[in-house]
Amino acid sequence: MRAFDYSRADSAERAIASHRDGAQASYLAGGTTLLDLVKLDVMQPSRVVDINRLGLDRIETLDDGRVRIGALVTNTALASDERIKRDYAVLSEALMSGATTQLRNKATTAGNVMQRVRCPYFRDGVSACNKREPGSGCAAIGGFNRSVHAVLGTSEHCIAMHPSDMCVAMAAIGATVNVEGPNGSRDIDFLDFHLLPGDDPAREHALEADELITHVTLDAPIGGSRSGYLKLRDRASYQFALASSAVIVAVEGGTIRDARIALGGVGTKPWRAREAEQSLIGQPAGERSFQRAAELALQGAVPYRQNAYKIPLGKQAVVRNLTTLTA
Amino acid sequence: MDHQDEPTGRGGVETFDARSPSRRRFLKSMGVSGLAAATAPAWTQIAQASQASPEPVEPQQDGAPAEGEQQITLTVNGQQHVLNVVPNAVLLDVLRLRLGLTGTKKGCDHGQCGACTLHVNGVAVNACLSLAVSHDGDEITTVEGLASGDALHPLQQAFWEHDAYQCGYCTSGQLMSAAAVLNNPDIDSSDAALREALSGNICRCGAYKNILAAVQDARGRMEGSS
Ligand SMILES: Cc1cc2nc3c(=O)[nH]c(=O)nc-3n(C[C@H](O)[C@H](O)[C@H](O)COP(=O)(O)OP(=O)(O)OC[C@H]3O[C@@H](n4cnc5c(N)ncnc54)[C@H](O)[C@@H]3O)c2cc1C
Ligand code: SF4
Ligand code: FES
Ligand code: FES
Repeated sequence: MRAFDYSRADSAERAIASHRDGAQASYLAGGTTLLDLVKLDVMQPSRVVDINRLGLDRIETLDDGRVRIGALVTNTALASDERIKRDYAVLSEALMSGATTQLRNKATTAGNVMQRVRCPYFRDGVSACNKREPGSGCAAIGGFNRSVHAVLGTSEHCIAMHPSDMCVAMAAIGATVNVEGPNGSRDIDFLDFHLLPGDDPAREHALEADELITHVTLDAPIGGSRSGYLKLRDRASYQFALASSAVIVAVEGGTIRDARIALGGVGTKPWRAREAEQSLIGQPAGERSFQRAAELALQGAVPYRQNAYKIPLGKQAVVRNLTTLTA
Repeated sequence: MDHQDEPTGRGGVETFDARSPSRRRFLKSMGVSGLAAATAPAWTQIAQASQASPEPVEPQQDGAPAEGEQQITLTVNGQQHVLNVVPNAVLLDVLRLRLGLTGTKKGCDHGQCGACTLHVNGVAVNACLSLAVSHDGDEITTVEGLASGDALHPLQQAFWEHDAYQCGYCTSGQLMSAAAVLNNPDIDSSDAALREALSGNICRCGAYKNILAAVQDARGRMEGSS
């Protein structure tokens, strides 16, 4: 692994200052993305700023009913929090479906938001990859693109899917990313945080230079709703999603009062399906409405050589999740 | 993938063994139970020798750190060590190369196989994705710290009896994951829950069935004894 210098910050201000000092600085949280990619020499920091002791490891319920999650809350701690299990089952389930016990014990909330794509051409350090080496092309478009490439939100420059499960649940719930930087603090809507690859796949998120995520704040839960995460993958455990759905749905007397749908495994970012949601409201909770919503959720999907199956699979993830939750 | 081996020089940690390297040590590091299961007479002898308590690792007390190094304190299996490490030294490598604690294995080096699983402050994590500097002050438990003296941990005993391995390379990681799982009240006692909780430990020999049986058996023994 390449050499870097290391500093441990004891406050957000110090962490930001230290990050600002270093030419190529990276924050270190759980390290499960960062150290993996530094070992592969895909990420090349000359300084690592350890943020594990900033005290940002609490989950708080705010007066307005929202829930504020510290950036360093681990995936395990978040998934097993009683409030999360009760009011945001979809989030707890999404977290538990991701990675492994050991990795979830290390992985943090902000680190998960910031995790990088699993595209093998990005990771191999040599193939054409616009994300790793802007302007070099995209080996995935004509290459292997069966499992970790998207059908929604792709561009001619990059088709890598966003690999997070947690983020799909957050996209459905609605959330705000709270950041602090050299110029003070600001809030970013969760749905604006991850960027589509477009012409510049190397730019993946809305953080400005040196900005630090301090919290992710979840919108208040929808009263009387049920929620769940359905992850479809090559094997039953420990695998990235081929397609997944995060669904929150409230039904009254057989009629859908409110619905939230987001998709994973199929999009270049955590994919919120607003039109699908709208189509459900006021409709009877049943197969016909669910099918229509699923069609709308995958609207505009573009298949690549090996991943056309993701379009029906994604639809199925929506229908089955809705069916289970309203049964 | 870049399977860089044990790092050397500037980029890693210096190779230094706290205990004299010996064949016995190597065999011991393969796990007490793995050897006991072997049948050839010569092996039986070694196996018996290896059932003695492990040689303690001498506490390390480094002097002033050289430029570019940082001094950290690690408590490993109850023993405190003061070590100078370079910033990019990985916890797994420091334990194996500096302290000679080779029970914790390096499989993939990328968080994918679980061979390097150990406990940091009681929590199971992948040591291959952990920087040593980042663990200054932490309590580490490795597979070498699982037994108490000559008494095998119930999990080790159960792995032995259930033949829960073939080559043994994944075994220490399996044991450390299982030890954490059995202490976790959030994970129910069903086979399905156990399989899910242990899915981060890959066994290339496919000993999963016996591993599951061993862990369930150990659960019974631990509950029986408490
Ligand atoms: C084998 C394997 C399997 C996996 N499987 C899954 C899966 O099935 N589903 C899934 O969702 N994920 C999976 N993951 C990804 C895992 O969830 C992420 O690696 C993890 O969430 C990253 O969190 P971390 O705290 O370890 O981040 P780090 O590695 O510490 O950081 C990741 C990135 O975020 C930056 N960063 C960290 N914290 C902050 C902050 N507060 N502000 C700004 N920037 C920050 C870092 O600089 C770095 O660039 C898997 C990972 C591995 C290795
Ligand atoms: S899909 Fe994106 S990450 Fe993969 S090779 Fe193409 S540009 Fe790189
Ligand atoms: S060596 Fe750490 S997970 Fe494989
Ligand atoms: S016993 Fe050989 S890898 Fe598990």
